[in-house]
Amino acid sequence: MPLTPAFSPGDLAHDEPQPYLWTLNFGPQHPATHTTLRLVLKLEGETVVDAMPDIGYLHSGFEKLGESLDYNQYVTVTDRMNYVSPMANNVGWHLAVEKLMGIEVPPRCQYLRVIVYELARISDHLLANGAMGLDTGAFTHFIYAFNPREPINDIFEALCGARFTNSYTRVGGLMYDASPQAVRMIRDFLKDLPQALTDMERLLVRNRIFVDRTQGVGVLSKEEAINRGCTGPIARASGVTRDLRKDEPYLAYPDFDFQVCCAEEGDCLARYLVRMGEVRESIKIIQQAIENLPSGPVNVGPDRRAILPEKGAVHSTIEGLISHFEVVMTNRGFTTPCEEVYLATESPNGELGFYISGDGSPRAYRARCRPPSFLHFAVFPHLIRGHTLSDVVAVLSSLNIIAAELDR
Amino acid sequence: MMDESRVIGSLRAEFPDLTTDEFREQTRIVVPLEKLYAVLEFLKEQAALDYLIDVTCVDYLHYPTEKPDRFGLVYLLANSETNVRLTVRCYVGGPEPTVPSAVSLWEAANWLEREVWDLFGIRFTDHPDLRRIVLPEPFSAHPLRKDYPLQGRGERHNFPVVTRKEE
Repeated sequence: MPLTPAFSPGDLAHDEPQPYLWTLNFGPQHPATHTTLRLVLKLEGETVVDAMPDIGYLHSGFEKLGESLDYNQYVTVTDRMNYVSPMANNVGWHLAVEKLMGIEVPPRCQYLRVIVYELARISDHLLANGAMGLDTGAFTHFIYAFNPREPINDIFEALCGARFTNSYTRVGGLMYDASPQAVRMIRDFLKDLPQALTDMERLLVRNRIFVDRTQGVGVLSKEEAINRGCTGPIARASGVTRDLRKDEPYLAYPDFDFQVCCAEEGDCLARYLVRMGEVRESIKIIQQAIENLPSGPVNVGPDRRAILPEKGAVHSTIEGLISHFEVVMTNRGFTTPCEEVYLATESPNGELGFYISGDGSPRAYRARCRPPSFLHFAVFPHLIRGHTLSDVVAVLSSLNIIAAELDR
Repeated sequence: MMDESRVIGSLRAEFPDLTTDEFREQTRIVVPLEKLYAVLEFLKEQAALDYLIDVTCVDYLHYPTEKPDRFGLVYLLANSETNVRLTVRCYVGGPEPTVPSAVSLWEAANWLEREVWDLFGIRFTDHPDLRRIVLPEPFSAHPLRKDYPLQGRGERHNFPVVTRKEE
């Protein structure tokens, strides 16, 4: 089978024959791509004249799978989209499903979802910023950033049993309520994290090598960021003030006092600093949420016929068994309207939206995911033109491309 | 500041015969194919919907309720400052569905439309670079269509086998 042409045939036909241009293949397997993506770079000396991204190496038909899995089963697939912050995808998916069905989850569930969402954001930003240091030569910084991710995984394990691919949410609630031990672990983690962030910043932010390699590199103007569909920290580093947590509040976000981190430079350093600032704001949100965690039920009542009953009730009572079957049997299950909704959440990478088309059955007729990485990677050629080859990794890591989300 | 009703009002003044509906506080406009580009241009230039959030499509081949045509394109628009959101729907059908490209309005449409072409087989005229994006170029089908077989050996079976000698 012939390889996908890296440049479009029309593009090559118009080019003058330029023997001094080099073509360099970057990826799909390269440590600095972090995941499986490929770039074909046109070089003149060390300067990148053009870059052509070639994606699809991790395409696994997630959206087609969504048409055969029911609304609870599909959450396991959303884990695998952005595997750096699976909790954010879980919450985003089930919020969209609940919007379609018209379910509002109880306050305790909303708070717990906010907590896991912000923990996922911390985890994602730590990895993105740590890897940015790694790619620009600061290996120690990567280890410093990776260290606090371990307690986050421990917290997720205490919450739902899985450290990495969590699948924590369910339609109308959560898999388990948070135990007192998990709450204690979150409190301890919040005590330790600011010191780790300070260490990271003291290592890198005033480091001459790092600043020289990131300041003024890959500049994205505000107009370009909007026109090219950039969202999240990448848009906010370019001066777009949009943050869905503030602008279109979902879950319990209106209850919390936090700020939206923005910068105006639009370069790689600004993206780093915005992410660092967002981690500090996330700490504030989690602190407020954990201190004011409401008591009460975590799931919507069984009369909604949407939430799976507790396993103990299924095994020991006839009512529990009936309501379990009412949800899981293929000819029963959820009833959805023949309608379509789009719901977006502010994921660590940007606007993560799900466009769900319901057809009355417990499976989505169409489960579209609007992946932030997809639009951010499309910006890459624009950002890298005119920079040197060594800037490719700096820009790439500042965009935080997750290939599984990119290709789905 | 413009809210959704004012956006729709100004759009109605320009294009009187558009149908709108609402579900869970989300407003959708259905636009006929021949007016699609003009409406999108109006929404971007006059109604300040500067964000193109997503372009996607739904194949209504086996949908339980009646739809105007087989494919329903979805354009999700937003404003970067006022939080106004609007969904533009456009129905297309026929053996070779073709739609005007929005790349000249939003650069974000470039990859999004390539993905719709790749997975649904909807052509976008005047697209600068309409190639497949997630599937390899020799792939012949559009897998998110509802008539794509979910069982059997599929395309992989038809791929030519490359031996070491031919390489």
